[in-house]
Amino acid sequence: MIELILPALLVGLLLAALAGPLGCFVVWSRMAYFGDTLAHSALLGIALGLLVQVNPAIGVIAVSASIALALTVLQGQRFIASDTLLGIMAHGTLALGLVLVSLMDNVRVDLLGLLFGDLLASNYGDLIWVGGLALLIAVVLYFIWTPMLNIAISQELAQAEGIHVGAVRFLFMLLLASVVAIGMKVVGALLMTAMLIIPAAAARKLAATPELMALLASLVGMSAVALGLALSWQADTPAGPSIVLCASLAFLFIFVFAKRKDG
Amino acid sequence: MNQDTLVELEAVGLDFKTRTILDQVSLQVRRRQILTIIGPNGAGKSSLLKVILGLYPPTRGQCHRTPGLSIGYMPQRLTVDPSLPLSVERFLTLANGGNKAPVEAVLRRVGARSLRQSPVQSLSGGEFQRVLLARALLRQPDLLVLDEPAQGVDLQGQQALYHLLAELRDEQGFAILMVSHDLHFVMARTDQVLCLNQHICCSGTAESVSRHPEYLSLFSHGNAEDIAIYTHNHDHHHDLHGHVVEEHQHD
Repeated sequence: MIELILPALLVGLLLAALAGPLGCFVVWSRMAYFGDTLAHSALLGIALGLLVQVNPAIGVIAVSASIALALTVLQGQRFIASDTLLGIMAHGTLALGLVLVSLMDNVRVDLLGLLFGDLLASNYGDLIWVGGLALLIAVVLYFIWTPMLNIAISQELAQAEGIHVGAVRFLFMLLLASVVAIGMKVVGALLMTAMLIIPAAAARKLAATPELMALLASLVGMSAVALGLALSWQADTPAGPSIVLCASLAFLFIFVFAKRKDG
Repeated sequence: MNQDTLVELEAVGLDFKTRTILDQVSLQVRRRQILTIIGPNGAGKSSLLKVILGLYPPTRGQCHRTPGLSIGYMPQRLTVDPSLPLSVERFLTLANGGNKAPVEAVLRRVGARSLRQSPVQSLSGGEFQRVLLARALLRQPDLLVLDEPAQGVDLQGQQALYHLLAELRDEQGFAILMVSHDLHFVMARTDQVLCLNQHICCSGTAESVSRHPEYLSLFSHGNAEDIAIYTHNHDHHHDLHGHVVEEHQHD
């Protein structure tokens, strides 16, 4: 039985391990809306990937990169506030993705799977591309860790001190897009942001340093994946929502019972 | 560019969309110089600093920085999101590649030694200012740039800060460029004052600028003559925590 869910478990654990530190940056820099937009647009990425017959992960990363670029260009305008703009992009791309998927007669697409994840369908083939992508994300994240922290503290100060803020932020957005591509498999487009922000928020009270917070966020997320999969297996509930539910309960528990570690 | 010049602006102009923020601004910052930029709200003071820091590319004109120039920057305010667990020590070592060795000395120098392990979000305005100064010093700057350092700090705190800055300049030999919204609050030791209102209205020593007709017309809404600063002659001062400290020497 364990052989059946082992690839699913490993894919889920890899996602949670990466979503921990990346989610911390999302929380520190107040980018939850941005993460949501990337996750919603991922559905369009998958649809385009199916359309031109490449790995859907490549479609997701390509669409996310375009969104990040479009946002950078549109930031200069003062016509609409950036959260409104993000909302338009998130739902516009989600809708376009859904319409495209419905128009594809030749491929059978599991819509619920795209929206809420289809973790239990993971196989060893998935595990290979997820593992490779995860390794790449981890290496890049290691190198941009300190500049990203400086940017999270203050973009202006970081830039004045000689950090190439634009380049580092764009790299970070690509990392986020890659994690979203993995997350599409695990929790789907609608629940992806939860895997970024809930474990990070849960870890906040327990950590006195940024690194410890990132590590604890990974651990909270990984526990949620293990517990959620177990729940899904036992009670035949959908895996993605079960995982997010476990993460939310972990947050609630820590929020109520833990004491702050940093004064 | 002269050997002694750290930064030189030549006829710099800056536009945001159709609005002109800066026009024909030329200035030089030389080694060890203390230069203060004053001007009313909206005069483009902060934007001028950002051009010098390299944050905004000038729309017109040139901004030259001497190669390898190390700049320490103290922003007007800095709010670290409460979700980021960050001690003062970590905040400082993020600026110098993680080296903890000089932290103790630099915190003592700015009078903030006891704050080393405090979360940055717990600091008061004046405390954070000293920590920001410590961070700037750790970068061993050739040029220290301060945006309205007097804001949000009481008069005594300002005097203490200006005194400390002048001492540090003498010790370490960096130049200081600062912005102030009010001529009354410029450092007594400032070498040159530039009065800015999109363009440079006048410049010179603090005293000569205060008598310049352009300055007077710029600040003529009744305040320049009406407000006088009462200069205290305390025989003691307060440290960061409000404790009385005996004066060892007078300014």
